[in-house]
Amino acid sequence: MTRRPLSRYALRTASLAAALGLWQLLTSLDIDLWLRFSQFPTVTDVAHAFAGRLSGDDYWTDLTDSLTRILTGFALAAVLGVATGVLVARSRLAEDLLGPVLEVVRPIPAIALVPVAILLFPSNEQGIVFITCTAAFFPVLVSTRHAVRALTPVWEEAVRTMGGGRLRILGSVVLPGALPGIFGGLSVGIGVSWICVISAEMISGQYGVGYRTWQDYTVVDYPDVFVGMVTIGVLGWITSTAVELLGRRLTRWLPRTSYVPAGRTRAPRPLAAPAHPDNDPEQQAQSEQQGQNDAEEARDEHLV
Amino acid sequence: MSTSSETVTAPAAPAPKAVRGTRLAFRSAVLGRPDAPVLDGVDLEVAAGEILTVVGPSGCGKSTLLRTLAGLLPPLGGTAEVDGRPLTGPSADRALVFQEDALLPWRTLRGNVELPLAIRGVPRAERRSRAEAWLARVGLSVQAGQLPHRVSGGQRQRAQLARALADSPRAVLMDEPFGALDAQTRSGMQDLLVEVLRGTGATVVFVTHDVDEALFLGDRVALIGSGRVSAVREVPRPRDRTAFDDPARAALRRDILTSLGS
Repeated sequence: MTRRPLSRYALRTASLAAALGLWQLLTSLDIDLWLRFSQFPTVTDVAHAFAGRLSGDDYWTDLTDSLTRILTGFALAAVLGVATGVLVARSRLAEDLLGPVLEVVRPIPAIALVPVAILLFPSNEQGIVFITCTAAFFPVLVSTRHAVRALTPVWEEAVRTMGGGRLRILGSVVLPGALPGIFGGLSVGIGVSWICVISAEMISGQYGVGYRTWQDYTVVDYPDVFVGMVTIGVLGWITSTAVELLGRRLTRWLPRTSYVPAGRTRAPRPLAAPAHPDNDPEQQAQSEQQGQNDAEEARDEHLV
Repeated sequence: MSTSSETVTAPAAPAPKAVRGTRLAFRSAVLGRPDAPVLDGVDLEVAAGEILTVVGPSGCGKSTLLRTLAGLLPPLGGTAEVDGRPLTGPSADRALVFQEDALLPWRTLRGNVELPLAIRGVPRAERRSRAEAWLARVGLSVQAGQLPHRVSGGQRQRAQLARALADSPRAVLMDEPFGALDAQTRSGMQDLLVEVLRGTGATVVFVTHDVDEALFLGDRVALIGSGRVSAVREVPRPRDRTAFDDPARAALRRDILTSLGS
């Protein structure tokens, strides 16, 4: 790794550190300017509570419970969402049959389905997975449907003139071609899944990060409430990064520009430029190399 | 070159050349999309192994004619026939080469050339070697592992050509395949096309808006204008670069330009 990505990581770490610093400052000084930080736990309070929880068993049980629920629900949603999305986009019959039902159910917030889940499923566990799955299902469905409809018709025609049938078109054109769009939906879906798994745990769960956070709130244990919130934040970050990474890996064929967000700092350094004032091949080779480096860095964006 | 052409054509074509290609025909056909017919009363016959070029102004229905032959569009009236039988749908026997990028962008050039072979069920190892042979024939051995957007437009069209010919189709339908290329690349591609078609015996229908291209490549030229096939003319000395100042060729060229202009 060169110096540049390192400095970018340093900047990212600094951004987190600054947020924590501000929190510590506001709470330890008991600032009370309309917004009241006097009752707020300080970063050190939360850190102590966190250390205490990490050594106990409950924390890890909660963590694995929540992760199992979200991963099961999300995996189901991914499979069902992609399958339904492709079906609705490719078949007029499926669109007419499923479309109206899906459109009516879609606006209902998944968390409002708690009564339905309680009526339908024998255990809370399945109900929570159901709610998580429903939450992620619709973003995946909608983006799959759009991605499949937006496919270049020429690709399908090419495969048809090679004698490819419906299955071949599905496997060789529709799914790979829609993958970038599908991953857009999966990224949104994993976020919504977290919101719903935590809310569902708060309402009806036994164990789980959401359940624990709500329990701590009912006994007015604020530092532990914050431990729960930080845990949710970190887990959410990790899972969405995983989805993002997988997406980038599977859609590596996409033509990417070597656009880099921090374009201005990437101006050629004055040291290199005057050495090759004319456009000799070496210079061009160098700038090509530079372009490739930039592309590499652009690919590292997912670490944000 | 000759060795690779043998490996490709030998297993598929024990029969003499003339029998390899398909006969294509339209009988008083009406062509177009269901709500918008563009060509009417089309009567056209393409002999086995013949190269027929089709010229006409843009939007005249050249592509529609080709898509109907490919089986992507059903004729609205009359019939389209393959070897005397009505054409029912797309088939691996009739390969289509598109003007724009029809390579699958997530497959390497090699992967794209292997695709028709995979669809036909050719075993993996043989698929690989046949694809490599075809890529070598169109001069893309070095780029075989590249994704389509990493290579130039001319190289992409060469890969499309290799993909179309890889499964030894009996007819190749080409929809302005060199239309987006610069003049230099284009004439190189024409020579390459003549070279790779040699020995395949395939029937070729080649659509273009470039009269010189049509006269260079075609055994016959079909002219399309004002909603019908207005004429089909024999080309003297086809695929001969030195024939452009042949008086018969020059006269034909003048004729075609005049009829297209009016």
